[in-house]
Amino acid sequence: MADQKQASKRTTMRRLGTYLKPYWFYLTASILMSLVSVSLTLYIPILTGRAVDKIIGPDKVMFEELIRVLITMGLSIAVTGIAQWVMNVCNNKMTYSIVRDVRHDAIQKIEQLPLKYIDAHTSGEIVNHVITDVDQFADGLLMGFTQLFTSVMTILGTLIFMLTIHPGVTLVVVGITPLSLFVASFVARKTYHLFLEQSERRGEQTGIIDEMIGNQKVVQAFSKEEDVLRDFDDKNERLKACSLKAIFFSSITNPATRFVNSMVYAGVGIAGAIVAIRGGMSIGQLTSFLGYANQYTKPFNEISGVITELQNAFACAGRIFALIDEEPQLPDDEDAVILENVEGQVDIQNVSFSYQPEDQLIIDLSLHVKPGQRIAIVGPTGCGKTTLINLLMRFYDVDSGAILVEEKDIRHVTRESLRNSYGMVLQDTWLKTGTIRENICMGHPDASEESMIEAAKLAHAHSFIMRLPQGYDTMIRENSDSLSQGQKQLLCIARVMLTHPPMLILDEATSSIDTRTEIRIQKAFHHLMEGRTSFIVAHRLSTIQEADVILVMKDGNIIEQGSHEELLTGHGFYYELYNSQFAS
Amino acid sequence: MKKLLIYLKKYKKESILAPLFKMLEASFELLVPLVMAAIMDPGIAKQDLPYIWKMAGLLVLLAIVGLTTSLTAQYFAAKAAVSFAADVKHALFQHIQELSFGTLDEVGTSTLITRMTSDMNQVQNGVNMVLRLFLRSPFIVFGAMIMAFIINWKAAFIFVVAIPILSIVVFGIMMISIPMFQKVQEALDQVLGITRENITGVRVIRAFHQERQEEDAFHVKNEWLTRLQLTVGRVSAFMNPVTYIIVNAAVIALLWSGAVQVDDNVISQSEVVALVNYMNQILVELVKFANLIVTITKAVACGNRIQSVFELKASQDYPEITRDDERENSPYIVEFRNVSFGYHTSGDYALQNISIQIKPGETIGIIGGTGSGKSTFVNLIPRFYDVTEGSVYVDGLNVTAYSKKDLRRKIGIVMQKSVMFKGSIREILLWGNENATDEELFTALKTAQALEVVEKKELGLSEPLSQRAKNLSGGQKQRLTIARALVRKPEILILDDSSSALDYATDARLRKALSELNDSLTIFIVSQRTASIQNADRILVLDDGRIVGLGTHEELLRSCEVYQEIYDSQFKKEVQVNG
Repeated sequence: MADQKQASKRTTMRRLGTYLKPYWFYLTASILMSLVSVSLTLYIPILTGRAVDKIIGPDKVMFEELIRVLITMGLSIAVTGIAQWVMNVCNNKMTYSIVRDVRHDAIQKIEQLPLKYIDAHTSGEIVNHVITDVDQFADGLLMGFTQLFTSVMTILGTLIFMLTIHPGVTLVVVGITPLSLFVASFVARKTYHLFLEQSERRGEQTGIIDEMIGNQKVVQAFSKEEDVLRDFDDKNERLKACSLKAIFFSSITNPATRFVNSMVYAGVGIAGAIVAIRGGMSIGQLTSFLGYANQYTKPFNEISGVITELQNAFACAGRIFALIDEEPQLPDDEDAVILENVEGQVDIQNVSFSYQPEDQLIIDLSLHVKPGQRIAIVGPTGCGKTTLINLLMRFYDVDSGAILVEEKDIRHVTRESLRNSYGMVLQDTWLKTGTIRENICMGHPDASEESMIEAAKLAHAHSFIMRLPQGYDTMIRENSDSLSQGQKQLLCIARVMLTHPPMLILDEATSSIDTRTEIRIQKAFHHLMEGRTSFIVAHRLSTIQEADVILVMKDGNIIEQGSHEELLTGHGFYYELYNSQFAS
Repeated sequence: MKKLLIYLKKYKKESILAPLFKMLEASFELLVPLVMAAIMDPGIAKQDLPYIWKMAGLLVLLAIVGLTTSLTAQYFAAKAAVSFAADVKHALFQHIQELSFGTLDEVGTSTLITRMTSDMNQVQNGVNMVLRLFLRSPFIVFGAMIMAFIINWKAAFIFVVAIPILSIVVFGIMMISIPMFQKVQEALDQVLGITRENITGVRVIRAFHQERQEEDAFHVKNEWLTRLQLTVGRVSAFMNPVTYIIVNAAVIALLWSGAVQVDDNVISQSEVVALVNYMNQILVELVKFANLIVTITKAVACGNRIQSVFELKASQDYPEITRDDERENSPYIVEFRNVSFGYHTSGDYALQNISIQIKPGETIGIIGGTGSGKSTFVNLIPRFYDVTEGSVYVDGLNVTAYSKKDLRRKIGIVMQKSVMFKGSIREILLWGNENATDEELFTALKTAQALEVVEKKELGLSEPLSQRAKNLSGGQKQRLTIARALVRKPEILILDDSSSALDYATDARLRKALSELNDSLTIFIVSQRTASIQNADRILVLDDGRIVGLGTHEELLRSCEVYQEIYDSQFKKEVQVNG
C-alpha cells in the first residue's frame, strides 16, 4: 500500500516534470532569484547591526563608514526588490502556463473518452478534476515547492548568519523556537474535532435550510411555519454553541505563537545583553540578532502549512493525471471505410451487450431493417431503451455479434461518417451555450441563412424564434428558462433537419411538454421521418401503431418484437403494457 | 448592512470589549522596543546586570499580559460574531417563512438558500475579523508613529512620510487587482461552463462530430483565462518587492538621521535601534489591514444581499382572525368572480376574467397547455397568490377575509413536484394533520393507492425516508403526497398535475377511490392527460388564461375545439403517413 502510494507519487512527479519542461527557463530563474532574495533579505539585519555599531555615541559617529554600510544596504534592498519581482513573475508564468496546458490536455482527452467512462462519472466530478483539482494542484505543488524552498533556505540562512555572530545566543533561539511549532500543532490537534463537529452541525443546518426554504411553498401550504422555525432554532443554537468553541479555540494559535515569539525575543535580549556586557557582542550585533529572532518562527509555521497543502496537491494532481491518462476510445481503423450513399439498411446480427459483465442486457438480438422502415422501441421507464441508441451510434461497442449499415460493419467505418448518417433527437434536449443560429447550424456551420430558416420552419420553430427579442441571434445559456422544454426540443429537431441525414434516432419526450407544442413536435417528427429509416423510443400510441416493427423491452432485454397487431394477438407483455397504459 | 448591525446591539458589551482588549494588547506590544532599548542603554551601557534582568522580566510580563488580553479579545469577538450570526439567521428564516408565493417566485428559493448559508458565513467571519483587527492594525501603525515622536520628532517625520506612501502602495495595488481578480473568476466560470457542456452534451457533440470545434472553443477561453491571470499576476507581483523597498529605504533614512542626532547628542544609540524596530512593525500590520479591508468588502456585499432579503415585503396581509361576519349565504364551495391575475414578472395576464361556481362534492377537471393558467387557477383558491382583479370566494367568504391557518386548513393541495421532508413515513403524513391516528393514516394511504409503499417496508409507518425521499420511485412519492393531503381531511382537495408519474391503471384506481370518499369533498384535478379527467363532473378547459370550455367530457368533445385537439393528440392516429 505504502509502496504503491510512493510509486504513484513518483509517477505524479514525473508527469509534473514533463509539464514543467517547456518552462525550465522560468523554473531556473525562479530558483536563482529566490536564492538571491533570501540571502540578501537575511543580510539586511546584519547590515543594520553594522550601521548601529557606527553610531556609538555623541561625536563618535563614524559617518564615512556609516555611509558605506548604508550604500551597501541600499544596493541590497534594490537587488532584493528586483529579484523578488522577477521571481513572482516567473512563478506566475510557470504556474498559469502549466495550468493551461494541463486543462488543454484534459479537454482533449474528454473529447476522446469512451462514453462508458463519461456515463460512469457525474459531470460534476469530471468538471471538478478539470477546474478545482488543476487549480489546487498548481497552487499547491508549484507555489508549495517555491515556498518550501524559500522557507528552508531562510531557516538555514538565518542559522548560519546567527552562528557567525554568536553560537551561544543562537542556542537560545534554536532552543525556544520549536515551542511555537509545538503550540501550533497542539492547538490544531485539539481544535480538529471541534471543526469537525462544526462542519457537521453546519451541514445539519444547511440541510434544513435547503429542505425548508427550498420547498417553502409546501411549508406554507401546510401552515407548518412555526414547527419548522422551532426545528431550525434548535439546530441554530447547537451550531452557535459549537461554532463559538471552534472559532475561539482555533484563534488561540496566533496569540500563542506570538507569545512564544516574545519569549524568544526576551531570551535573546537577556542572553545577548549578558554576552554584550562581557564584550562578546556589540549593540549592533544584538540588534541583528533581535531582527532574526523576530522572523525565525515564521518559516517554520509556513512549512507546516505548506506540507498539508502539498499532500492535498499531490492527491489533486493524481486525480487529474488519472483523467488525462484514461484509455481513449479505440481510434477508427486505419482502413476504415467512409459510409456513402446510405439508403438506410441496418442489420443487427446476433448482438449481445452489457454495461457490466455480470448483468447481461441484450442477448442475441437480430433485426433486419429495410430502408425507410420505422422501428419503435417501447417498454416501461428504465428498461434500457437508450441502450440500443448507444449501440447504433457506436457510443458503445457491441460485446459480440455485429451491427451493419449498408452491409458494412460499423466498427470498420469511420465514426464521423456513421454518425453523419444518423440524425439524433434525444429527450434530454441539450443545447450549447451560444446563439440559436449557432445551435441550429451545429452540424452544418456553413449553412446559408435560407437553408437554416427553412430547417427551422420545417421544425415548426421559426415562428417562436422570430418572437424572441433577438430572433436567431438570441443567446441560449445553460439551464436558462428563456425557452420551454418543448421549444428546446423543436430547436433540436431543426438542428437535425438541416443535416438531411438518411437515418433517424428519436427519443420521444414523456411528459411536461404542453399539448400544443407537442402537436407541433409530432408534426415535425413526422416530417423528419418521411422516407428515412427511423428508430424511435416511443411513448405515443400513434407513433407505436404506425411503426413497422415494435421492439418491446423489459429489464434491459428485448422480449418481443413484431408489428402492433402481431404483438396484440400474442397476448404477451406488450398486450399488458398496451392495456395498462393506453386503454382507458 | 446597516440594518443587520442592529442585531449586534444585543452584544454591545462583547463588541466593545473585544476591540478594546485588542488595543490593550497592541499597546503592550508597542512598549517592547522601548524596553529593549532600555536593556541596551542604560542596561548594557552601564553594565547593570540586575537592571537587565528586571527589564527581561518586564518583557516576559508584557508577553503574558499581551497573551491574556488577546485571548479575552478573541473570546469576546467570537462570541459577538457567532451570536450575531445566529440571531440574524433566526430572523431571516422567520422572515422568509412570511414571504408570499409571489415574492418567493420573484426571488427564487435557491437565492434565499445562498443568502442564509454562504453569505451568512461571510458576514459572521467579517464581524469576527473586524472586532479583532479593525482597531488593532491602525492602532499599531499610528502607535508606532507616536512612539517615534516620543523618542525624537525629527526621526518621526520619516514615519510621517513612509506611512502614507506604504498605504498608497498597498491599497493601490489591491484596488487595481481586486476587480481584475473578479474578471479572472468570470473567465474561470466560463472555462468551467464549457467543460461541463462538453460532458453533458457528449452524445450530441459526437453525433455532430463537433469534438474539434469544441476543443478549439475551449482553447480560446482557456487562453483568455491564462492571459488575465498573467496580467493580474503582474500587478500583484509588485506588492512584496515595492513595500519591502519602501520600508527598508525608510530604515536607511532612520539610520542616517539617527546617526546625525546621536552625534549631536540628541538621542542615544539604543533609541535608534528602537526606531528601526518600530518601522519594521508597521509593514506587517498594514498588509494585515489591507487584507482585512478585502474581508470587510466581501462581508459588506454579502450583508447587503442579506439585508435586501429582509427588505422584501410579505406582500400579503392575512387577518389574525377570520372575519366570519362577512360570510355570505352561498350554495357554492368555491366561486371565482371575474378574476384576472398577472404575475409580477411578466406583464401579461395569466388568467383573464374567470368566473365559475363550484358546488360542494363536485369533481372538476382542469386541462390546457402549459402557460394556459391551470396551476394559477388552483393556486388562487388557497390564496397562494392574490388576484389582480375580481375575487375568489371559498365557502361564501372572500379568501382575503380568512386567517392564513383557517383557509389552509380547509384545503389539501398536492403540488406538481412531490416534495417530502426528511423523516419517517408517519412524520411525513402527519404534516397533513399532526393529531391523526395511525388508523386515519392507513385510510388515507389506502385511498391514495399508497398502501403497498408502506407494506413493503420493514418498519411500516416508522420507516425513515431519506432527504427528498430518494429511495422511492416517482409514482410512490406522488401517492404519498396525495395521502398526506388526504390526512388533513380537507373540504377541498387540489391535485395539481400530481398523478403524472402514475401508470394509467393506478391513476384510474386512485380516481375511483377518491370518488368514493365522502360526498361533500370537492376535488380539483389538473392534468395534461385527458384520461385523468374525463370522468370528472365538469371539465374546465383553459387556453391562454381564458375559459374556452366548461362541461362534461362528451359535451366538450362535441363543442370545444381545443379539447378535441388535446384529446386527439393523445388517443387517435394523427397524420396518416406512409399510408
